[in-house]
Amino acid sequence: MQMVELEATGIVKRFGSLVANDHIDLKVVRGEVHAVMGENGAGKSTLMSILYGMQAPDQGSILLRGQGVRFRSALDAIDHGMGMVHQAFKLFNSLSVWENVVYGREPVRGISLDRRASMAKVADLAERFRLKIDPSARVGDLSVGVRQRVEILKALYRDARILILDEPTAVLTPPERDGLFDVIRTLKADDRTILFVTHKLHEVMAITDSVTVLRHGRVTERMATRETTPADIIRAMTGRVVNLTVERAPAAPGALVLDVEGLTIGTGPKPVVDRLDLKVRGGEIVGIAGVAGNGQTELIEALTGLRRPDAGRVTLAGQDVTQADVATHRAAGLAYVPEDRAVTGTARGASAADNLLMGYQRQQPFAKGFRLDGKAIAEHARRLIARFGVKIPDETVPVGTLSGGNLQKVVIARELTHQAPLLIAEQPTRGVDVGAIEFIHGELVAERDRGRAILLVSAELSEILALSDRILVMYEGRILADLPAGEADEDRLGLLMAGRVAEAA
Amino acid sequence: MDFISAFMVNSTVQAITPILLAALAGCLCGRVGVFNIAMEGQLLIGAFCAVAGSHYTGSAALGVAAALVGTVVFSLILAYGATVFRGDAVVICIGMNLLAAGLTAYLLRQLFGVSGVFSDPNIAELAKIRISSIQSIPWLGWIVSRQTVLTYLCWALTAIVAYVLFRTPVGLRMRGVGEDPEAAQSMGVDVRRYRVVTVLVAGALTGLGGAQLSLGTVGIFSEGMSAGRGWIAVVAVMLGRDNPLLAALACVLFGIADALSVKLQSQGLPNQLTDIVPYVVTLAALVVSYRRKRDRRPASAEAAAA
Repeated sequence: MQMVELEATGIVKRFGSLVANDHIDLKVVRGEVHAVMGENGAGKSTLMSILYGMQAPDQGSILLRGQGVRFRSALDAIDHGMGMVHQAFKLFNSLSVWENVVYGREPVRGISLDRRASMAKVADLAERFRLKIDPSARVGDLSVGVRQRVEILKALYRDARILILDEPTAVLTPPERDGLFDVIRTLKADDRTILFVTHKLHEVMAITDSVTVLRHGRVTERMATRETTPADIIRAMTGRVVNLTVERAPAAPGALVLDVEGLTIGTGPKPVVDRLDLKVRGGEIVGIAGVAGNGQTELIEALTGLRRPDAGRVTLAGQDVTQADVATHRAAGLAYVPEDRAVTGTARGASAADNLLMGYQRQQPFAKGFRLDGKAIAEHARRLIARFGVKIPDETVPVGTLSGGNLQKVVIARELTHQAPLLIAEQPTRGVDVGAIEFIHGELVAERDRGRAILLVSAELSEILALSDRILVMYEGRILADLPAGEADEDRLGLLMAGRVAEAA
Repeated sequence: MDFISAFMVNSTVQAITPILLAALAGCLCGRVGVFNIAMEGQLLIGAFCAVAGSHYTGSAALGVAAALVGTVVFSLILAYGATVFRGDAVVICIGMNLLAAGLTAYLLRQLFGVSGVFSDPNIAELAKIRISSIQSIPWLGWIVSRQTVLTYLCWALTAIVAYVLFRTPVGLRMRGVGEDPEAAQSMGVDVRRYRVVTVLVAGALTGLGGAQLSLGTVGIFSEGMSAGRGWIAVVAVMLGRDNPLLAALACVLFGIADALSVKLQSQGLPNQLTDIVPYVVTLAALVVSYRRKRDRRPASAEAAAA
């Protein structure tokens, strides 16, 4: 007998003239993992914030276990057994795990915090739901994946029966993601209900029981996961057929653009990057696969001038840039799409026009003598916004207000317009919706065909496989394998990423 | 010689009291995310109210009570300015310090018809408590005995503030409010209320400090009598990184440096030179503490900064 845990009917939410949620119905059965999918701006976040009591709907009703509820605040929702793990964690970094978990609802003994009872309670919950964690650790010292467990523990400590996970895998490495899936299965076995907000198809197929798809604030599809296919879901999300496989001609590699020899970062017996050799030619996409923490971050930092290598040589378009700073790298011919678009890739408080200008400010026609030409800059910005389809009212709006996918388009637009021979793209489609992924992938391939050298770093194996002409596997600071695209598949790469060379051969 | 040193220790412990009370106030405010640098002005207001209260009632206890009320009322500016009205705490505090200096000078003239210094036989001083069993012990007798009730209280308050901050739910919530107000709000903690109440409690603490300043030795109020003590407390708070126990340690260090400067002066060194001793110690302590902090930074953060 299937019990309905949560039923939202006819939810409407307007922001001015924009209808974010347009008569949305959502029915979630107890103990299931229910995916809520949709592109950026489809209304997922609005719907979740309504279910979690952070916003009141303009119309519609919510039934929780058959009872009508109207949450006055998130706290009210928590009291009704709702829990939510936000994309941006709400944790206190200087406090310990147990302090974070019990915060606001502390066990007391007399007037004092009952530290022992708190720790025991947290350890007990962690054990029960297979969330490996040290209750006394300082949250600031923990990795992103473990911090996410703290957020889940917070919800469980308040006895959440329904847990909303808002794009929980966007910040996780593949092993961390698998760990999260284990936790989700444990929660499910305990008859708890999970609302899983995502736009990653393979995750929906792997972990969920049913799917509700939103587009432009409306429900376009509602189905059981096993009765659907990724193609169906994409059609429901985008309203069209999206080609997930990237169409591309074989590469025609040209002149050597990036030449790295014996690059070493760190000293001692085990440097982070260990005597690494790497060559990228014009007209090819070279993908770097590897489990996070095997030196990829440090390698890219060295290649972009953010970090000075301890040994080795880096030649970019014929120029030795080994010890050069970022500006010299850029001048020598580097465009760079950084991993963290919000912190490194853009200046959040600055306008789209300013963000799209960055790096060209000394060039014609934007610089006129010692001052900037506002008209030329605005025109340039409008042209890029139109070409890359950035959803933004106009170019004077600060980019901090944009969604992740749109922000990424701003970064991509700026960096692709650089006429630099080398493009380094780090996680170019992380947290970006399906339509935008298709677009970004297409642009990268087009740039390759124009003769640009592209170095791609991604945690998504599917992305590496779809785009790369050559795939390098990085393991413990070294390139373990250099495979032509035709010889690589997910299984083989997986073994190599774990350092198991013999089995992969 | 021994007698003089012991007496000096006694006056050092006395001198630490207002600084320590102000430092505790600073720690509390810092913990809830309000950077309070108005202690200089708060001490001055407290000192004035204490003298005025004591003068009108003839009771030192009512003088202290007046200091408490006066400073809490004065602190409403910061409590509401930095929360409800969303002002910048530093700007508000600078205004409060200027206001305190002007206001006390003005009231001194209006109420007592004097400018500069006000002393009057009607002002009741705080009694020095003599603990007969300890008093005769050399040194210890001068440290632990012959002090005002506020001096004993400030050490008790140090322990209480530390306990509340680190061992009670209220303290945990305060620490959370200071670190990430949004996260605290999401867990149902009323950030604004915590901040308002904390700033007012801090006001009460500085009020006690001000009372010690004007009633602790001889009952007297002089313009600008806080004389930088509130600023020293700010430095103590920063050295102690909002930890009341470490801040207390810093206050003791300043007290010792201060006593040392007096001692050196009595040895015949020019007082222009000896006066700088406490400030040299302050600077040195700041440099040392920040160097240690930098060393503790993890390697990745250092790489990012490089």
